Amino acid sequence: MNLLEHQGKVLLADAGLCTPKGVVVTDPDAATEAARTIGGRVVLKAQVPSGKRGKAGAVLFADDADEAGRHARQLLGMNVAGHQVRELLVEECAPIDQELYAAVLDDPASKGPLLLFSTSGGMDIEEVNESHPERVHRLPVDILRGLEAGATLDLVSKSDLAPEHHPAVSQALELLYDVYLTTDAALAEINPLVVTDEGVVMALDAKVSIDPGSLPRQPDIAGEATELALEELTELERRGRELGLQFIELGGDVGVLANGAGLTMTTLDAVHHHGGKPANFLEIGGDAYTKATPALALVLDNPRVRSLLVNFCGAFARTDVMTGGVLDAIEELRPQIPIFFTIHGTGEQEAIAMVRERLGAEPFDLMDDAVQAAVQAASASTTGVK
Amino acid sequence: MLVNRSENVVVQGITGRQGSYWTGRMVECGTNVVAGVSPGKGGQEVDGIPVYDSVRDAAAEHSVDASVLFVPPMRAKDAAMDAIHAGVRKLVFLAEHVPSHDVMEILAQAREHGAQVLGPNTAGLVVPGESSVGIMPGFAENIFQPGNVGVVSRSGSLGTLVSMNLVTDGFGQSAFIGIGGDPILGTTTLDAVRTLDGHAGTDAVVLVGEIGGVMEEDAAEYIATMTKPVVAFIAGRTAPPDTRMGHAGAIVTGNRGSGESKVRALTEAGAIVVDLPSQVGSALSQLGVRPLVQA
Repeated sequence: MNLLEHQGKVLLADAGLCTPKGVVVTDPDAATEAARTIGGRVVLKAQVPSGKRGKAGAVLFADDADEAGRHARQLLGMNVAGHQVRELLVEECAPIDQELYAAVLDDPASKGPLLLFSTSGGMDIEEVNESHPERVHRLPVDILRGLEAGATLDLVSKSDLAPEHHPAVSQALELLYDVYLTTDAALAEINPLVVTDEGVVMALDAKVSIDPGSLPRQPDIAGEATELALEELTELERRGRELGLQFIELGGDVGVLANGAGLTMTTLDAVHHHGGKPANFLEIGGDAYTKATPALALVLDNPRVRSLLVNFCGAFARTDVMTGGVLDAIEELRPQIPIFFTIHGTGEQEAIAMVRERLGAEPFDLMDDAVQAAVQAASASTTGVK
Repeated sequence: MLVNRSENVVVQGITGRQGSYWTGRMVECGTNVVAGVSPGKGGQEVDGIPVYDSVRDAAAEHSVDASVLFVPPMRAKDAAMDAIHAGVRKLVFLAEHVPSHDVMEILAQAREHGAQVLGPNTAGLVVPGESSVGIMPGFAENIFQPGNVGVVSRSGSLGTLVSMNLVTDGFGQSAFIGIGGDPILGTTTLDAVRTLDGHAGTDAVVLVGEIGGVMEEDAAEYIATMTKPVVAFIAGRTAPPDTRMGHAGAIVTGNRGSGESKVRALTEAGAIVVDLPSQVGSALSQLGVRPLVQA
């Protein structure tokens, strides 16, 4: 769950990190007012959960309040990497002496937190890591013991940072680790972390991503994050979210309902393989397998759908329970499109018998045959051929 | 890691709906379930299996080799720590949506105590004809049959489909190892492939991976050194980039982690990568793998 810059900065500031003076605005007049209050040169930054805002022209500098208002008019409503700009952060321009990079993240390789530090901040750190890996310093942390005393100072000492800044920067890294830990972040990144002309260490940006599994125990962050995520979704996707289902519209015409992320992705791959285009990603695995009825309603409410493919392979998820739910939905909604079933695994005999009895249809033995039939039916319907 | 029929298994969360249902199914598969755990329910029985308040209590009465955790995500850490501190050496960790920091703490603690962890978010382990630990349909004869093909899968549902296709094509499995769909896992694809490579009953390995993470790429380096044949399938190759699809690990980031990168790495390592799960059996035949003739 990616937080916006200003949300991340609140977390950093709460932990004691220094951040620039700033105001969040949603209209140009408020931007003008904010720039006047802050005084001097300001920066206006589009608040979207995406990197590379600078390159997209979504970060603009203003010398006075009037220019800030003009920039705000230009930025608000702009589209940045698929996200509509609804909020701007108006901030004081800090006098930068040096730009650094700092991050803490969940590291699958070491199976623990990994702290990263570089004096090549302010640019694409992946490129730096690619061309000069020796410029990105790494510190794996033992999560049971936390950061050892002096560990961040040792890390900073390995870099070419001027020694007089070592204490303040190493302290900033410790505070960043605190933010990562207390907010259940999967990633807490500051790029750039700057040293100002006065030697103050300040976070000019913040990218904080919260582990989705931790949101139930981070109620304050969860509220904001959910609100943010909802804005990014289509109406059907939003309905899916409210049901606790992950539904993604994919633009094709073969409606797909399967269980488990792995099987669902495979079903979409198979639709492509047989020349079709899937309409959606929707999985009802895990505990969601009992939600087949509302799930199918979502798939069918997509006006693009010309045929429906139901592919169940039960391990934990019982195919008889899922199939029962799907049949309930079909009987209630009476969709006027052809439906193709393929069902295997836990509960398959009961499930197949139910499809025969309640729908008068015969599930396919082989997944490939069901996929092919659904693809053909969708394309026949589009071209008007019966 | 594998669990055979002679090893003693504890079910944590045995009195819950899923815990009690799957305990019955696991026992049906031959798994030696010696005890259950459910805090506050010590002294009860489930299908004749004694229930304890903690794994520590259970371990005082029984020798315990492995634990399978049917515990909700927010209680998973306490449950896992209980098992690790009680000296259990193998944990099968089923829960999905466990906070990632809890997962890292569990894995760090397990490492210090010499315990192995499968998961989280795994469907479990099956040794057909011997045992099933987790939520795989080890009892279904059209899906699992004793054989010589070892299967490694991140996904339970897709692993089930591939296993069924193997049986349809006349093969059987020496073992099924569910890895789990989370980004941080106790047992990686590489660990599981290595286990099967060293497993006497396994003649060939089927790797069922998916986009996201770099576990398949890491395993490919090892596969290049193997003499046992490997067939792989990667799910999500047609998924739009940067779209998160269910498993937290299934995020395409840059070049490594994409379907293309995995297929390239595995192909260069000498594995056959098939386009559809139904092609696994014919690829095995092409590599000269023959089904075991049942004695």
